[in-house]
Amino acid sequence: MKKVILYSILIIAGILCILPFIWMISASLMATGHANVYPPRFLPDKITFIQYKHLFARLNIVRYFFNSIIVSVGVTVISLLVNSMAGYAFAKYRFAGEKNLFKLLLSFMIVPAQVTMLPLFLILKYMGLINTYLAIIIPGMATVFGIFLIRQYLLAIPDSLIEAAKIDGAGDFQIYLTLILPLAKPILITLAIFTFMATWNDFLWPLIAMTNDSMYTLPVALANLMGEHNQDTELMMAGSVVTIIPVILVFLSLQKYYIKGIMLGGTKG
Amino acid sequence: MKYNNNISAAYLFLTPALLAIFIFFLIPVFAALLMSFTNFDIYSLGHISYARFVGLSNYIEIFKDPLFWQSLINTFYFVIAGGPLSIAVSLGAALLLSSKLVKFKGIFRLVYFMPVVTTLVAVSILWRFIYQPRFGILNYLLGFIGIHPIDWLGNPHWAMPAIILMAIWKNFGYNMIIFIAGLQNIPEDLYEAANIEGASEWNKFKNITLPMLAPTTLFVSIITIIGYFQLFAEPYVMTQGGPLNSTLSIVLYMYREGFRWWNMGYSAAIAFILFFIILVISLIQLKVQRETAI
Repeated sequence: MKKVILYSILIIAGILCILPFIWMISASLMATGHANVYPPRFLPDKITFIQYKHLFARLNIVRYFFNSIIVSVGVTVISLLVNSMAGYAFAKYRFAGEKNLFKLLLSFMIVPAQVTMLPLFLILKYMGLINTYLAIIIPGMATVFGIFLIRQYLLAIPDSLIEAAKIDGAGDFQIYLTLILPLAKPILITLAIFTFMATWNDFLWPLIAMTNDSMYTLPVALANLMGEHNQDTELMMAGSVVTIIPVILVFLSLQKYYIKGIMLGGTKG
Repeated sequence: MKYNNNISAAYLFLTPALLAIFIFFLIPVFAALLMSFTNFDIYSLGHISYARFVGLSNYIEIFKDPLFWQSLINTFYFVIAGGPLSIAVSLGAALLLSSKLVKFKGIFRLVYFMPVVTTLVAVSILWRFIYQPRFGILNYLLGFIGIHPIDWLGNPHWAMPAIILMAIWKNFGYNMIIFIAGLQNIPEDLYEAANIEGASEWNKFKNITLPMLAPTTLFVSIITIIGYFQLFAEPYVMTQGGPLNSTLSIVLYMYREGFRWWNMGYSAAIAFILFFIILVISLIQLKVQRETAI
């Protein structure tokens, strides 16, 4: 009996989580106007791809998709490199002021990003970088959270491995590249997913930094499209499907690493 | 024991990150503070010499600005109502999924987690249609239990609850994962001892689970509160801050002042007030953490 109640609650909750997505996909496959009827339809009477055709042929969605891919991959690759170097230095080197510097960096985490956005916009504007991919990539290239995660992970790696590589005559950079990076692979994958998804889903900063229509990322383009097409339910749902598919795929294929990352943040925070 | 003492190598590894953080984080924070004491506006955007120091007048004006108070009240409404509700749902889901009676935990966890990973702008648009008063599926489903259609996003009384409901749906999976991890850390023998003494489920929950989970709950509360204070995309996409400014949030107001009207000095002052609120909450957390540790 207890089991039945338990499963009923779990299944109803599951349906509530999934139903909006099913309706989203279903509406995106309907002809224009077919989602705006009473009573609402949960399935199209005839599947049509006309909304997707419209998005691809007339609304430039390929361009927005491409923009989102470039900034998300760009931020992910560059921040992984920059953060892993810094994390390695904090984990395995001893230098003057090391502890205080690390503490100082950690204290930066309580500053909400919105505080930096006005001057950041001006700095990038004077550098001529507003409406370029660099306007999103540059501010994301180093993060305290990333440095912190990598440092914690590398602390557990025995120093004797590094010592052995040194005896074999490997230089500092060679050790980082051929020994540390491969050893840190699990945490690097975790961080990569976090960074990719956060950049892909981000809205406020791209809205500020990309004012030119051709540079919009998908969320910005979608919000903008909503202004012009707010009655076109089916079209907006198709745009939403295109926007969420990449993050869902990344999550589904690498979910173990993602979940592990949340738990790391949760227990060490 | 650290074997690496090649200091120049350490600095080389640190330079890119420190430089980036210095130029694109630290300088902007201090510049924003300075800016909040100036009248930096659209003319200053053309040439910085048009900006003048005006002392505290932005802050004084903000405290006299009814729209700012409205945005502050709205944001607190979202945080105070939405935060605890979403944490309660997360904890409930975590408890259910930690039950020994349940199989297929991985699938349920995956399903509950879906809304977390999806793009906020996309789900905000989706929920705008779900909340649509005439054709939306929510009013349709509520019709079966005899509830008359509600103009969710068009009625100033319902718009914020509607945004809160969507936020809970979107976010509860994240904290649920952290709670599941927290529950796994509670030693099993505590429950066994309670079973021997014939404790009820409710007593076990109240006297073992909740106290043992306190550090996790504190952590979850803080990240949730800080995140909820930064409410922006939902009202931007779903209501544009309306109706009657009932969903205007602090960050939305800051964005409008700074990047739509280019009142950047004023906007920077709003940003610092947000920072101050978040700082105070973080300090309270630290204090609670220290006191409970002793």
